[in-house]
Amino acid sequence: MDKYETHEHDVVVIGAGGAGLRAAIEASAAGAKTALVCKSLLGKAHTVMAEGGVAAALASADNRDSWQTHFRDTMKGGKYLNQYRMAELHAQEAPERVRELQEWGAVFDRTHRGGLNQRNFGGHTYPRLAHVGDRTGLEMIRTLQDQGVHQGIDVFMEATVRHILKDDDGHVAGALGYWRESGRFVIFRGKSIVLATGGIGRCWDITSNSWEYTADGHALALWAGGELIDSEFVQFHPTGMVWPPSVKGTLITEGVRGEGGVLKNSEQERFMFDNIPEMFQGEYAETEEEATRWVEAVVSDQRPDARRPPELLTRDVVARAIRREVRAGRGSPHGGVFLDIASKRSPEAIKRKLPSMYHQFKELANVDITAQPMEVGPTCHYTMGGVRVDADSQETGVPGLFAAGEVAGGMHGANRLGGNSLSDLIVFGKRAGEFAAQHAAERSAASSFDDNEVEQQAEKMLAPFGREQGENPYTVHNDLRNMMQEKVGIVRTEDDLVSALEDIGRLRERAATVKIGGNIGFNPGWHLALDLENMLDISEAVTRSALLREESRGAHTREDFPETDDETWGQQNLVTTREESGEIAVRAEPLPEMPDELKELIKE
Amino acid sequence: MIEATNQQVTLEIFRGDDDGGEMTEYTVEVQEGMVVLDAVHAVQAQHAPEMACRWNCKAGKCGSCSAEVNGHPKLMCMDRLDNYEAGETISVRPLKTFPVIKDLVCDVSWNFEQNSRIGQLQPRQGTDWLFTQREADRVQEFRKCIECFLCQNVCHVLRDHDRKDDFVGPRFLVRLASLEMHPLDDGDRLDEIKDEYGIGYCNITKCCTEVCPESITITDNAIIPLKERIVDRHYDPVAWIWRKLTGQK
Ligand SMILES: Cc1cc2nc3c(=O)[nH]c(=O)nc-3n(C[C@H](O)[C@H](O)[C@H](O)COP(=O)(O)OP(=O)(O)OC[C@H]3O[C@@H](n4cnc5c(N)ncnc54)[C@H](O)[C@@H]3O)c2cc1C
Ligand code: SF4
Ligand code: SF4
Ligand code: FES
Repeated sequence: MDKYETHEHDVVVIGAGGAGLRAAIEASAAGAKTALVCKSLLGKAHTVMAEGGVAAALASADNRDSWQTHFRDTMKGGKYLNQYRMAELHAQEAPERVRELQEWGAVFDRTHRGGLNQRNFGGHTYPRLAHVGDRTGLEMIRTLQDQGVHQGIDVFMEATVRHILKDDDGHVAGALGYWRESGRFVIFRGKSIVLATGGIGRCWDITSNSWEYTADGHALALWAGGELIDSEFVQFHPTGMVWPPSVKGTLITEGVRGEGGVLKNSEQERFMFDNIPEMFQGEYAETEEEATRWVEAVVSDQRPDARRPPELLTRDVVARAIRREVRAGRGSPHGGVFLDIASKRSPEAIKRKLPSMYHQFKELANVDITAQPMEVGPTCHYTMGGVRVDADSQETGVPGLFAAGEVAGGMHGANRLGGNSLSDLIVFGKRAGEFAAQHAAERSAASSFDDNEVEQQAEKMLAPFGREQGENPYTVHNDLRNMMQEKVGIVRTEDDLVSALEDIGRLRERAATVKIGGNIGFNPGWHLALDLENMLDISEAVTRSALLREESRGAHTREDFPETDDETWGQQNLVTTREESGEIAVRAEPLPEMPDELKELIKE
Repeated sequence: MIEATNQQVTLEIFRGDDDGGEMTEYTVEVQEGMVVLDAVHAVQAQHAPEMACRWNCKAGKCGSCSAEVNGHPKLMCMDRLDNYEAGETISVRPLKTFPVIKDLVCDVSWNFEQNSRIGQLQPRQGTDWLFTQREADRVQEFRKCIECFLCQNVCHVLRDHDRKDDFVGPRFLVRLASLEMHPLDDGDRLDEIKDEYGIGYCNITKCCTEVCPESITITDNAIIPLKERIVDRHYDPVAWIWRKLTGQK
């Protein structure tokens, strides 16, 4: 294929967030010629926005912690739907991966003794999140980026991959994409391909996610014949900004609650005390006095003799509780609830531990969080669902195709604990890089692909320019986001989900006829027009999975099936495929059997 | 002041590339609390879907959305419209110091090249990785950098004199300082900082510090101490050796 610019590598990593960078570092360290492709500039991926911290049982802030406890917390947070092997590897390997970041130059906050400090977060039994104030993701991505640039990785910035090319045997052969700057097509040939493209949050209206989160990797895998798992589980983070409108959805780190912040309704009640679910009974403080004692011990670096405040329950629980308060008419003026840290910590402590939250509210909402409460409400934040992979190697069902980071599914089950994503990225990013390099080493050359397929794809990508008439892609995207927010949000019903599927059908027709102005160079309208296809396919995967799972569990709540059904649904994962016909299909599969020693660990 | 809901705002946005272009006027509806980036997005959604601009986090965390708003280098996502007078036309241009690719997007690749010249931390052999928060604080200030390149954009050495071949610019002096002042670093970069990275070109105008959205005290805390160390090394070797021996970073 001489017609298009072509690059050839052993390993092609798509995505340069924490997972992609870590994979590329590992692959190139193993001797593989490695390409790293990303849609934005290097260092701007979503990982840069992560705030609260990276979870690892380092036992530096509290020596009672261990990988076993981390494993148990993760499984419990995921309501036991997690792929146990991923949760096990993650808990075991996260400490080593975090120490390695430190050796590569990351400067984490310190304890009084000079070790790595760790903060409390929802669902973690001990203080477990290594952090840098509230900008942990920046520290992590910069460290990896600076490490990566010295390893001879070829970085291709502002290139978007649209299609995975395969050979006749179904093995990956390369990736076809376009340069955002010029619109020219480009092919990355590779013996192994690693997807590290992040999440899907741009399918919802209120989200903490950036423009990049258009479900690209999820769709690339599905289109290439891979499977998705746990698609119904989309995490709504309880605390997004609700006011002013322009920042609706922007994240407020859980670190605010970890540092002692409390949630109150318009009647000044700490409503989380009334919202402790069955499975967490006895683990959380039951009075304000006890909760306060816990905070006071923790902030003075002492081991608390009290149980933690219920504000630190898992995200699914807190998000639903907030929604309930607002619906019951006890919300804040702009439709959220109050998050108050001002009355709990000194202004100096707030500014030191949560500098970017302070800054964000001051600049964007005219709110001084050292003096006033914040108004907060749920925001679409993270997808537990993702590409199904082998736990050890991160290889998907498509030979030569690997996936790591938020795009991969299975690790978090029905709900992710805060801090478990950043650790997921480095644990499984490393593994994906290692196994992708190994796989590449076993193959003599990159596979060949069918030139016609490239031509067909290229033609399809250019189609929006040829149309005389058609809608603006932004309008179609907005309608999709509003629809998903309304019908496939925090609380779901059969009626809404069925109606959502019909809407998706209509939106597909509209998406197929959008029209683009201007030329092909750096044209965001065109980029969005193409991304509509991924977003529609993955929205459908989420909706169909949500419809099939007739129970409430973790991040998936069905108003018409409010109970958690451990007998049936608690034993199954939902798997999404794309049929030959192009249809999206979902089926249930039994959970893999957990070895006895792990079963012991999760017993109460 | 622009405040109540559904007011209109008029923007004048540069449309074109390195070969030229023109300021084009757009009027869009805005709501309370909006920032310049929201208005630019509204222009894309309502008038010009093909207009190019970079952004990611929309919360001042990624450093993608740098531009010159009414002549001032800013992050568009942190610049509220109510900073401007009602009825005032707000002009938005790409950074001047780097070549324009299209509209508000510049080619900042030179910065990435500079970064790859700078080596990694060189940890002291056999260290136990213990150090205090006070020691961390000093370096953490530099590590707050979000690579918005606003400091690079305003530094006259790069902006007016285009000495990109001789001077890495404030952003990378900050990065070098973060390595030099790391409590466990054992590297020695002073000669490079002087000879290869061109610290001598900086004449301490502090323009970089003024625009840094992360409030990094670039000049006082990073550049001046580095300059002093270089002076010590060349003109006061005793002080230099003393610092090395006592591990005072
Ligand atoms: C505001 C916020 C705060 C958070 N805080 C925390 C926290 O404190 N702790 C925690 O554990 N988690 C946190 N998370 C979650 C966590 O940050 C993300 O899940 C994680 O960073 C995802 O990393 P990743 O490497 O999988 O993908 P990303 O960092 O999102 O990177 C994706 C990469 O893929 C590229 N890409 C995507 N599609 C394509 C394509 N088609 N072609 C080429 N390249 C492509 C992008 O350009 C990008 O480089 C937070 C998330 C948000 C939004
Ligand atoms: S202080 Fe130095 S680096 Fe900063 S703008 Fe002035 S000359 Fe440039
Ligand atoms: S030092 Fe400040 S102004 Fe310069 S790139 Fe970093 S954040 Fe931007
Ligand atoms: S969009 Fe990230 S800093 Fe403005």
